[in-house]
Amino acid sequence: MNFAVLVFPGSNCDIDMFKAVEDTVGEPVEYVWHTATDLSSYDVILVPGGFSYGDYLRCGAIARFAPVMAELKKAAEAGKFVLGVCNGFQILTEAGLLPGALIRNNSLKFRCHPVDLKVENNITPFTNAYAPGETIRIPIAHGEGNYVCDAETLARLKTNNQVVFRYQGDNPNGSVDNIAGVCNERGNVVGMMPHPERAVSELLGSSDGARMFTSVLNVFLSRVEPSAVNGARAH
Amino acid sequence: MAQQLAAKEPTVEQIADQKIYKQFGVSDSEYALICDFLGRKPNYTEIGVFSVMWSEHCAYKNSKPLLRRFPTTGPRVLMGPGEGAGIVDIGDNQAVVFKIESHNHPSAVEPYQGAATGVGGIIRDIFSMGARPVALLNSLRFGKLDSERVRYLFSHVVSGIAGYGNCIGIPTVAGEVMFDEAYEGNPLVNAMCVGLIDHDKIQRGVAKGVGNPVFYVGPATGRDGIHGATFASEDLTAESEAKRSAVQVGDPFMEKLVMEATLELIDSGIVLGIQDMGAAGLTCSSAEMASKAGNGMELYLDEVPQREEGMTAYEMMLSESQERMLFVTEPQHEAQAKAIFERWGLHCAKVGKVTDDGRLRLFHKGEQVADMPVKALVDDCPVYQKPSKVPDYYLKNGSIETNSYEQVLDLTDALKKVLGSPSLASKEWVYSQYDYQVRTSTAVVPGSDAAVVTIRGTRKALAMTTDCNARYVYLDPEVGGRIAVAEAARNIVCSGGEPLAITDNLNFGSPEKPEVFWQMEKAVDGMAEACRQLETPVIGGNVSLYNESAQGAIYPTPVVGMVGLVHDLDHITTQAFQEEGDVIFLLGDTKAEIGGSEFQYALFGVTEGRPPELDLATERRVQQAVLGAIQRGLIASAHDLSEGGLAAALAEACFERGLGAQVEWTPNLRPDLALFSESQSRILLSVKPEHADELALLLSEQGVPVQRLGKVGGDRLTIEVAAHTVIDASVAELREVWQTAIPSRMD
Repeated sequence: MNFAVLVFPGSNCDIDMFKAVEDTVGEPVEYVWHTATDLSSYDVILVPGGFSYGDYLRCGAIARFAPVMAELKKAAEAGKFVLGVCNGFQILTEAGLLPGALIRNNSLKFRCHPVDLKVENNITPFTNAYAPGETIRIPIAHGEGNYVCDAETLARLKTNNQVVFRYQGDNPNGSVDNIAGVCNERGNVVGMMPHPERAVSELLGSSDGARMFTSVLNVFLSRVEPSAVNGARAH
Repeated sequence: MAQQLAAKEPTVEQIADQKIYKQFGVSDSEYALICDFLGRKPNYTEIGVFSVMWSEHCAYKNSKPLLRRFPTTGPRVLMGPGEGAGIVDIGDNQAVVFKIESHNHPSAVEPYQGAATGVGGIIRDIFSMGARPVALLNSLRFGKLDSERVRYLFSHVVSGIAGYGNCIGIPTVAGEVMFDEAYEGNPLVNAMCVGLIDHDKIQRGVAKGVGNPVFYVGPATGRDGIHGATFASEDLTAESEAKRSAVQVGDPFMEKLVMEATLELIDSGIVLGIQDMGAAGLTCSSAEMASKAGNGMELYLDEVPQREEGMTAYEMMLSESQERMLFVTEPQHEAQAKAIFERWGLHCAKVGKVTDDGRLRLFHKGEQVADMPVKALVDDCPVYQKPSKVPDYYLKNGSIETNSYEQVLDLTDALKKVLGSPSLASKEWVYSQYDYQVRTSTAVVPGSDAAVVTIRGTRKALAMTTDCNARYVYLDPEVGGRIAVAEAARNIVCSGGEPLAITDNLNFGSPEKPEVFWQMEKAVDGMAEACRQLETPVIGGNVSLYNESAQGAIYPTPVVGMVGLVHDLDHITTQAFQEEGDVIFLLGDTKAEIGGSEFQYALFGVTEGRPPELDLATERRVQQAVLGAIQRGLIASAHDLSEGGLAAALAEACFERGLGAQVEWTPNLRPDLALFSESQSRILLSVKPEHADELALLLSEQGVPVQRLGKVGGDRLTIEVAAHTVIDASVAELREVWQTAIPSRMD
């Protein structure tokens, strides 16, 4: 299974995401530059956190125009697995790959600390290794993680089971309905503010994020014939 | 417009006759010396360049004789003071690079940008050595939070640090924040950066190879930050507000690009010399690079990327626009260098040439506009030995008997007052605004004695801390200086690290005042002695003088930034009690030492008397014993006793896991003095019951005084002194006081 970690100018969790793939599933992973025009060789595309283009104008607003984004849309349409974390989530909403938007935290401050998340949807490719309703501990680090959407969208998210994670207890940013992560209708594109790649080892405080990576590998392996897996690995 | 600005520039004669140089902090005798070096009178550009190169900030003209007293070498030191940052070997061809720097004056007038660009500047110092920055720390001082102005400064400084560090993606892992009237008009903002490097990648700021081109990279030069170094070298006054233009504006996104491109450039192996444009911008970087190579340099100012129209040579040379670097390569590598920068969307302009004549010559609009000897700029600034005088307050304090205060009886209340003092209270309000986890290497997050950052691909880690109890330094600079180093080392040891070396940030008032110079001398002596005894040499640092406002000088605040090596991840230790039933030990002797303590300040509202004593031989013995015990796997938690003494240390050890403690103790002192004394060389340990006897034996064999205090458990902290319960409170109640002290004043 081939992982891509997109790199925009100003991405700063790209290395962490890359290391998390290495440490959790050990599958091939590559950095892919924002100017890339071909994502066909990847099965999972990870959009990491950071401050793409300095987050000037609005978080993710400039990144959505990067050449690689057209390819990312194609990949998402083709059913490939896409995960956006923090700034990556912001980019996915700006690009219209996920509904809603992320605005400034209601505290108006950047907040960095571990949070408890409730797994609301464990049938996405990134969350199937969690039990439904399970509480996991994953850190946040953002200034603009307040998820908002209109009432109609919210109703649709709920009906379609598109809310993937909710904050348990204290809501750190004021997001609507305590939403911490959502997916598209098809479920193959997931975006979340907390950083699973920062929770892959007890040494760093939690390993609850590791299952996001093992989940997607399991789904991939269960979907393809063994020979095709070997073929994919031979890339 | 250009004409008008140029026309405003004073002539050579006006500079001489009207003594315009004095506005730049150049004295009459220095001006005469400059004329000698040039063989003529300087023009406006030249006097501008000389004045910044000869400012305290760049030339250390008042502090150099003191800095020579520091030990700067050691078996692990690969590079001491003089370059962008010092470097210490950590084995396996790896080394740690670190430095601290102040941005006090800019932060006093424009707190967000002042703090942000302080962070940006210190990061450039690290990556210009070729190192990958892995952690940021800081040390902050403000007045009391009762004042709206102080709250504004505090919150904007924290936002500025967060804004820069979070965006560039380097975790801010540790720091200290203290509040005292002494900093009311002049806050301190010191930022430290730590990087990792392979030995063979170490770079130097040297302009090698006559004829080689000099390149400028980074954003265009604007009129911001002109004369920043001079501004940093004078007292803050009511007019300082008018010098806002001397404060630079930071762009962390740009710095991220410059950093990645620079590290890629260095990795490509084509760089001969590189230096960041920090204080005094293009002036300092070009002069220093030429000087270190024993060469000269020509700069073609028309080639310098400019953000504004009509900039003069003077403005370009003195601008402190941020995120700029200067580097030298061989002509055949120009295309390769440009390609690297272009990939990151950056311009790289050829702005000069290395020459063999030892002169810094500037060309603008087809004319030579300045011609100065490099050596005069870099090495020949006069050095002053200022007069020194013992201050009256110090003599008076000698006769103040701090142990004769009326006995405080309600010690639970006293503990709450101490824990609720903003200097000692939880700093979560601060560090939760910093991204302390990016790079996924932070094994010990802010809040413990020192932060610990792992080194990927190894079993090793780095412990790091910033420390200075300025009240002690004020009361006795020599003892206080010693304690600053010793406490930093104690924090490293309690985290499982072997102290390696320090970087220091000497924040003082005006050296023109003999009493201030006395503080400097004594503090440096104390620090130097501690560095020798604890084998932690000074590998670099920064001097910030003239920290004065209408209220007078700040407390002398020589901040110590220390890095230690954790030899194995298993050694990582925190201050938090770990498990019910663990046995609590106190190491070291407790004396009636209340002078300069948080207890004295929080309960009596004063800072007076003499600070605690410190015996360096004892300190070393305690530290070695604890590190040895940690390395043998005997220790569950370790916490340095500092502000608030034993009572505060016990409470702090309870907080993280909400575990209580039952302590029975029979000191030879009044309970209030015993529990809140800040006697030095003391450490609080907890160990599993099965290790208790082994530990006690091990410590006493090494001559370390050790007392068994009690047990971890329950949800209350109860302390009995001589069979009387003197403190009894739930951990939750104490934690509430400690956690809400800052937010309740800020939000």
